[in-house]
Amino acid sequence: MAKSPEEEHPQKAFGWAARDSSGVLSPFHFSRRENGEEDVTIKILYCGVCHSDLHIVKNDWGFTRFPVVPGHEIVGVVTKTGKNVKKFKVGDRVGVGVLVGSCKKCDSCQQDLENYCPQVIFTYNSLYHDGTITYGGYSDAVVVEERYVLRFPDNLPPDAGAPLLCAGITVYSPMKYYGMTEPGKHLGVAGLGGLGHVAVKFGKAFGLRVTVISTSPKKEDEAINRLGADAFLVSSDPAKMKVAMGTMDYIIDTVSAVHALAPLLGLLKLNGKLVTLGLPDKPLELPIFPLVLGRKLVGGSDVGGMKETQEMLDFCAEHGITADIELIRMENVNMAMERLAKSDVRYRFVIDVANSLSQ
Amino acid sequence: MAKSPEEEHPRKAFGWAARDTSGVLSPFKFSRRATGDKDVTFRVLYCGICHSDLHMLKNDWGYSTYPLVPGHEIVGVVTEVGSKVENFKIGDKVGVGCVVGACHSCNNCANNLENYCPKSIQTYGFKYHDGTITYGGYSDIMVADEHYVIRIPDNLPLDGCAPLLCAGITVYSPMKFYGLDKPGMQVGVVGLGGLGHVAVKFAKAMGVKVTVISTSPKKKKEALEKLGADSFLVSSDQDEMQAAQGKLDGIIDTVAAMHPLAPLLGLLKSNGKLVLVGAPEKPLELPVFPLIMGRKTVGGSLTGGIKETQEMIDFAAKHNITSEIEVIPMDYVNTAMERLRKADVRYRFVIDIGNTLKSN
Repeated sequence: MAKSPEEEHPQKAFGWAARDSSGVLSPFHFSRRENGEEDVTIKILYCGVCHSDLHIVKNDWGFTRFPVVPGHEIVGVVTKTGKNVKKFKVGDRVGVGVLVGSCKKCDSCQQDLENYCPQVIFTYNSLYHDGTITYGGYSDAVVVEERYVLRFPDNLPPDAGAPLLCAGITVYSPMKYYGMTEPGKHLGVAGLGGLGHVAVKFGKAFGLRVTVISTSPKKEDEAINRLGADAFLVSSDPAKMKVAMGTMDYIIDTVSAVHALAPLLGLLKLNGKLVTLGLPDKPLELPIFPLVLGRKLVGGSDVGGMKETQEMLDFCAEHGITADIELIRMENVNMAMERLAKSDVRYRFVIDVANSLSQ
Repeated sequence: MAKSPEEEHPRKAFGWAARDTSGVLSPFKFSRRATGDKDVTFRVLYCGICHSDLHMLKNDWGYSTYPLVPGHEIVGVVTEVGSKVENFKIGDKVGVGCVVGACHSCNNCANNLENYCPKSIQTYGFKYHDGTITYGGYSDIMVADEHYVIRIPDNLPLDGCAPLLCAGITVYSPMKFYGLDKPGMQVGVVGLGGLGHVAVKFAKAMGVKVTVISTSPKKKKEALEKLGADSFLVSSDQDEMQAAQGKLDGIIDTVAAMHPLAPLLGLLKSNGKLVLVGAPEKPLELPVFPLIMGRKTVGGSLTGGIKETQEMIDFAAKHNITSEIEVIPMDYVNTAMERLRKADVRYRFVIDIGNTLKSN
């Protein structure tokens, strides 16, 4: 008979979990595995609230196993290291993102693309090698294999830097892969939320001209004056959209709801690239004529491998890039989820785990 | 008052045209411009029938003007060259494809991508620089600006190479642009028709392993034995499709009818590319999860620029690649269109203009 979450592992753990698709989170006693030879144990300081966490607790995608402890933007401190661990020592500040395991043998793993491994293990809601479910960062501590732990740069604030572990790499990786790094080119960022606001910052750091594309006119002031975007395009304004047609080299589309691709494709120049990163629960409509007539493409991307995630963190440390966050206490997480569902956050909630998670 | 087609230009011409959206073609007297300084005039010997011709005849895309003389896979022999023509002389074997003019001042033109110029002039049904409508290759002569004329190497049979001028470049260009031309790669070709069968031949010549993906099991034998494909997948066979998941570096999708993308995306490895060269009129459903989970892309492509078209013809000549064709007399053209509509051709009709187009 399957052991209960509290009994399945030898180390006591505590966090907040959702028990059903109402998505309401509440205190949850469970357990963590013994720190193995390749593992580090991390006391969690901060954990970002990713929109994927909301999708998962509501079971929007249909594959949630309850109870689920979300959280894959984790920053903490190493408290224990296994005897084969080489990269970390006790006291190091570290991060854990979206993955905690992979097969290590396939082409993707061999190319430092563990995120595309067909047997990738996610930080929460995944089956680990030992057959138990992974629990994420809305908790006091986590045990992770060294390979999947990031060194967190000293000069990055641990709270504002936490969202980089998912939001950051989710936009950084495709910007590099799809070549959105040529200075002077024009990048559109659709959706100004957790992903979008970081994409604007990366875009400026790469020397691009950045236009934010959004349905909310009230985001314009911050987009331009605080985040440094060069222009702001209200996508529901047909006249403005028409003028902007054929002006962008690339678009990072961070919108997670079902939305129309045709207007975004129209904004691209010849050979333009639209990279879509949000995970809507239904397919999108793709008009083919604009792709053929303009040799355009639509691509996807899913976080990044460990090597690239480290590269991204180091890039952020070098350029002073962090997320714009609202720090919350653990007990306010349900309210945060409700606000997130209404896009009412500038631009990521981060849970102050160490200071507010108490039994 | 606008001049009639017969009167608008100084030189008599004869072809077959459709007069309305029935798309039925019949003999048509018209005229061609005099050979300008930079023009090449050639006697048309063969013209391929492209599926686009059928779409245009029926006004499927809403911008056809009548009378319509289709044909943009045109080959023949030069009979006259303008005084400033440098690259062609009388007697040369030449061809013209889908584009006969462009602006020459935009970025696309500057990058040899005349086909993507916002002011590109198609070989038929478009307004030329002089305000007259272009008439295509279902006719006895063509006059085209030298820039848009392709030299046909001697070793390519004219009838078999005519379809390369549209079908050929339409698949060659994206194979190069999307990097699906590297030896050892695994590439799928969806749809085994005019475009698909040429894609198989090009891919094999590039050292690529080819899987044909088709709804018709009866095309399997020819795909493997005659065209040289390495494997064949029947897209409606769930087991076959399941077994082939995650195997392909790329797919060239030539199907213009509505069809699901999800099964094709499933065939791609991670980082795989699905390239559409047929354009269904309505949007297709794009499941986003497979795109994101596998960093896959869906892209499009439209014919190719003139420089690349010449490169493609030279590549075909080097590897002795021609289209598999059924040569027909001019007066069979309406029947051919009916058969084309039912995909009943292996794999391109080519009209024997030189021998069978006769004005009375």
